[in-house]
Amino acid sequence: MLAVNNLEVVYDDVVLVLRGVSLQVPEGQVVGLLGANGAGKTTLLRAVSGLLDIHHGAVTRGQVTLDGDRIDHLDPQQIVARGISQVLEGRRVFGEFSVEENLRVGAHTRPKDRAANLERVYDLFPRLLERRAQAAGYLSGGEQQMLAMGRALMSNPRYLLLDEPSLGLAPQLVATIRDLITLINSQGTTVLLVEQNASMALSVAGHGYVMETGKVVMDKPAAELLDDDDIKEFYLGLGAEGSERSFRNVKHYRRRKRWLS
Amino acid sequence: MRDVLLTAIRGIGFGSIYAMLAVGFVVIYKSSRVISFAQPALMLAGAVLVSYLAGPIGFYGAVLVAALAIAALGLGVERATIRPMIGRPVFVIAIITLGLDIAIRVVVNAFIGSDVRNVGDPWGLSAVDVFGLPVQERYIAMVLVLVVTVGALFAFFQYSRYGLAMRAASLDQETAMVQGVSVGAMMALSWAIAGGLAAVAGAFVGAGGGIEQNTWIIALKALPAIIIGGLDSVGGAVIGGLLVGLVESFFATYQGEYLPWLGQNFSLVSPYVLLLVVLLVRPYGIFGTREVERV
Repeated sequence: MLAVNNLEVVYDDVVLVLRGVSLQVPEGQVVGLLGANGAGKTTLLRAVSGLLDIHHGAVTRGQVTLDGDRIDHLDPQQIVARGISQVLEGRRVFGEFSVEENLRVGAHTRPKDRAANLERVYDLFPRLLERRAQAAGYLSGGEQQMLAMGRALMSNPRYLLLDEPSLGLAPQLVATIRDLITLINSQGTTVLLVEQNASMALSVAGHGYVMETGKVVMDKPAAELLDDDDIKEFYLGLGAEGSERSFRNVKHYRRRKRWLS
Repeated sequence: MRDVLLTAIRGIGFGSIYAMLAVGFVVIYKSSRVISFAQPALMLAGAVLVSYLAGPIGFYGAVLVAALAIAALGLGVERATIRPMIGRPVFVIAIITLGLDIAIRVVVNAFIGSDVRNVGDPWGLSAVDVFGLPVQERYIAMVLVLVVTVGALFAFFQYSRYGLAMRAASLDQETAMVQGVSVGAMMALSWAIAGGLAAVAGAFVGAGGGIEQNTWIIALKALPAIIIGGLDSVGGAVIGGLLVGLVESFFATYQGEYLPWLGQNFSLVSPYVLLLVVLLVRPYGIFGTREVERV
């Protein structure tokens, strides 16, 4: 199990971004993490995959553990080697590399299993096989997302962290990506899915967390979150009475009242 | 015609050396966006090492040992002085490399002494007959060593796991890290490669003429070469190096005759003239990446 316990993260020694976040990703599940811009979702992922350093961030309290071992002091490459692989927000494929070269970089920590993993990735994403020799920069947004996910799978991770895979994709592609996440999960990879697109995240996740300004404000099974009035109103865009209201005005007031003491 | 060909051959010979040095600069630049001004010192250190070792273990053995030793020196230098500075302004790191250059050269100079040292190369100035042209053997050797080293380097970047990881790290460090690539190790590797290349170049710089304390200046000709070729292109560095060699060689042979009003020894500055011309036409070099700012 991947667990984040009471984690506090500070950027540049002054900006407190995570204030005591706890979250659990049990093996075999898909866990969704929702929240608006600036809630701290990406920072949480950075803390898990060891990227805080290069962003001048540091864990000041709490810990990240994998099967009980602390991993928050490890280098990114050690964390990848332990089976946690992240897909960064915005896909970040190596544009001038071919599709296959991108995948080969993903296999950096597992050179021995490269052929087998390559086959698995091409099975999951036949599109990538068709375009294996093309420069990744010329792929469409959806294909780049598939490539980024495939590249992360090349290290044969136990845990896959996805940062906003639906970002900037057409609804039809979002559905495709969602189905792929389900498929990847069914093959035995645990997924932590960070999303702003709440309906997408909650439709694949078993359990969901909601973050706001550096704290987890809700933590429920996805089905319950989908039924929650506040989630419906603020994240799914459905008014309490089913009508669309100017929820901008309401949002602030209700949030304070209900979630923050 | 005969003169033109011989001039060209000399140009390509020395150009090969500039190319090797330039490739070293580019490899470091690609990994850390820094131009390492320590390359001249590493080149000289390699040459000196060869000059001492050539007697006991032969020239080729000496080149190999020097390449490995200077690669190790590059690793050490990177670890001790550059790694702690990651994240600081590039300018600061460049200045550190300048200091390193001077420090290493002071040590190396003590081993050179005030005279010219022979590097113990087997060629000297002897020539072989190629289609009726007396081609100096050392130029052939210089071209061959360029082809071998840079060919190996290209294969390394293209096919090996670490070469690919180095290229990935130079494109996008954070993404490379997420794939499990140690960006620090890739940077160290780039210093080792550049050091090894500089040492080999140093040995061949000395071929035929020997080395002295001022030989390091030759390494600076790699600077116009990399700017001409494009700072971030290994292939460009090779072409740039060869161009610099050719231009220099042709100016040395013909400028006194056709452009006497330029004064004596204009060939020494001719690479920089070429540099200016290229920069006016293609500011990012012949093969460099155009800076594209997306907004």
